[in-house]
Amino acid sequence: MNHAVNEPRSYLDAPYGVASWLLTKDHKRIALLYLISITVFFLIGALFAAGIRAELMTPEGDLFTADMYNKLFTLHGVVMVFFFLIPSIPATLGNFLVPIMCGAKDLAFPKINLLSWYLYLIGATLTLGAVFMGGVDTGWTFYTPYSSMASNTNVTLAAVGVFIAGFSSILTGFNFVVTIHRMRAPGLTWFRMPLFLWAMYATSLVMILGTPVVAITLLMVGAEAALGFGIFDPRVGGDPVLFQHLFWFYSHPAVYIMILPGMGVISELVAAVSRKQIFGYSFVAYSSLAIAIIGFLVWGHHMFVSSQSIYAGLVFSIITMIVAVPSAVKTFNWTATLYRGSITWESPTYWVIGFIGLFLVGGLTGLFLGAMGLDVHLHDTYFVVAHFHYIMVGGGVMAFLGGVHFWWPKMTGRTYPETLGKISAVLVFVGFNLTFLPQFVVGYLGMPRRYHAYPEEFQILNVVSTGGASVLGIGYLLIIGYLVASMFKPRNATANPWGATGLEWDIPSPPTTFNFEIDPVVTEDAYNYAGRAQKTGDN
Amino acid sequence: MSHVSSKGLYYTIFISLIILTGVTVAIARVDLGAWNTPIALAVAAVKATLVILFFMGVRNNTPLTKVVAASGFLWLIILFGITMGDYLTRSWLGIPGR
Ligand code: HEM
Ligand SMILES: [Cu+2]
Repeated sequence: MNHAVNEPRSYLDAPYGVASWLLTKDHKRIALLYLISITVFFLIGALFAAGIRAELMTPEGDLFTADMYNKLFTLHGVVMVFFFLIPSIPATLGNFLVPIMCGAKDLAFPKINLLSWYLYLIGATLTLGAVFMGGVDTGWTFYTPYSSMASNTNVTLAAVGVFIAGFSSILTGFNFVVTIHRMRAPGLTWFRMPLFLWAMYATSLVMILGTPVVAITLLMVGAEAALGFGIFDPRVGGDPVLFQHLFWFYSHPAVYIMILPGMGVISELVAAVSRKQIFGYSFVAYSSLAIAIIGFLVWGHHMFVSSQSIYAGLVFSIITMIVAVPSAVKTFNWTATLYRGSITWESPTYWVIGFIGLFLVGGLTGLFLGAMGLDVHLHDTYFVVAHFHYIMVGGGVMAFLGGVHFWWPKMTGRTYPETLGKISAVLVFVGFNLTFLPQFVVGYLGMPRRYHAYPEEFQILNVVSTGGASVLGIGYLLIIGYLVASMFKPRNATANPWGATGLEWDIPSPPTTFNFEIDPVVTEDAYNYAGRAQKTGDN
Repeated sequence: MSHVSSKGLYYTIFISLIILTGVTVAIARVDLGAWNTPIALAVAAVKATLVILFFMGVRNNTPLTKVVAASGFLWLIILFGITMGDYLTRSWLGIPGR
């Protein structure tokens, strides 16, 4: 690329100054604002996790009191779920890529996009306020009566924060749905869309249909406390288990808000690193929708031992087996895509392989938990903790980091040292397994979650876990280190460093403010690597 | 919205809503036993449907808008229906001690 003098400037250089960033309507700048904010919350959440793992080095509850420990795991969960993982991929990579992949100049509602970031910040600030006023100890699930009759901490403030952040994700979802429906470039039919767009579309539907329910539920907790409505309190005709129904009606789909975007990222990366059209494109696309819809029908698998009717449990258990099918479809199709692909061992490849392995373990152990009888033994043990960390951290965070490594040159115009990218992926993979594999065992043996002390025979496995968490932490810090360092180096990224297909790779790195100088027209399917190889004669 | 309905239609809907509100109040004074809640909800559902179709203009809108409005309802039915599936079957096994 030659930089002529009057060429439009990149979105990073176009008006400078703090105000131009804080009032920006550019989806790419908002993506970076989000990236910075969620990284801060990731570090805060990690700090709480470090506290948990330090306490669990020894069987005695010696480092923190039981009350303090309750607050640590609650805040870890609240911060990581609501202020890091839910916004992670949609609000950063999604904000950056959805318009570009559609061939559009911006999202449908740029101002609403900025509003969503401010709502997120307000929500996060209120919840952090609750931390400084003494913390919250209900667990991230805010179960009644911990959060109502028996509450002795700042539940209301924290819940209001989560409530407001919920609106930020509704707005993001709404923006994506409208953009994908209305603003696709000529020729970009639904079945030519990159699978990342399908995943973001499905995620947005879940955000729009599910988030209002959790918001209203938290409001009802408040209304009950303030006005004495009998909703969850049996003394006035309520039912505490109703809270669990309403909470999980949102929060099981919410676990898919956390993993569907990751699946979208992996679909892009798998095709790019194996230089192949994705195997069974339409199945991968439809499986995102299937997950979004069936995901709304399984919430009772969190309530098998809550006094929920055993007949309802039976139905939830069966549907839970069904919801695993579309996830399996994706996993098989990624593997089939890699099979006999021209795989290049670049850093995104490492994250892809790591993701597939860890997500597989997480998904399969979900089936153990979904079996109603087995769950009586496993419920509320460390087995559950291991299961969801394999999915959310092993799957969600690996995919997020893979995506960040893949699109970093596009977003910032900088490259990072490839070797460090690979080393960090290996560190994270090894550290992760050391941390969470022992938790399957210790949970199966009967160690309950959410206690600061445990029987002595579980110590060895817990020490391994804490050691692994340190390796994991070093891996994450390394990434933050070299990515931040790259920002101080000159821009050296080419437009298409991975030789990938997709509209985003046809424009400069970093893109200009309105993305495209000439409105793009799409004439081929996504991932047309075969066609591209023929044209250029490489490979 | 391309199509604007006549004033008369809006008045008709408005009067129907007032009448239905009267119905809500009236049946609240009659004890229908187990049917108390279902009937009250049914009247409320009719009122909400009228508002959505006419005042919010969904009736004369694109198919996509109709799908969006209908799916909101469908999701509410899923939430209420499956939750009631728990409450209504809890006693099937009998409650120990009773
Ligand atoms: C692939 C299909 C999946 C199945 C069959 C499945 C099944 C289950 C079941 C049955 C439980 C309840 C265990 C118990 O409390 O005793 C559970 C817990 C959990 N799962 Fe999954 N799961 C799946 C995927 C996911 C995904 C994709 C995520 C997140 C991205 C996730 C996150 C969670 C969380 C957060 C919990 C624990 C919530 C808590 O009690 O704090 N799961 N899973
Ligand atoms: Cu679930």
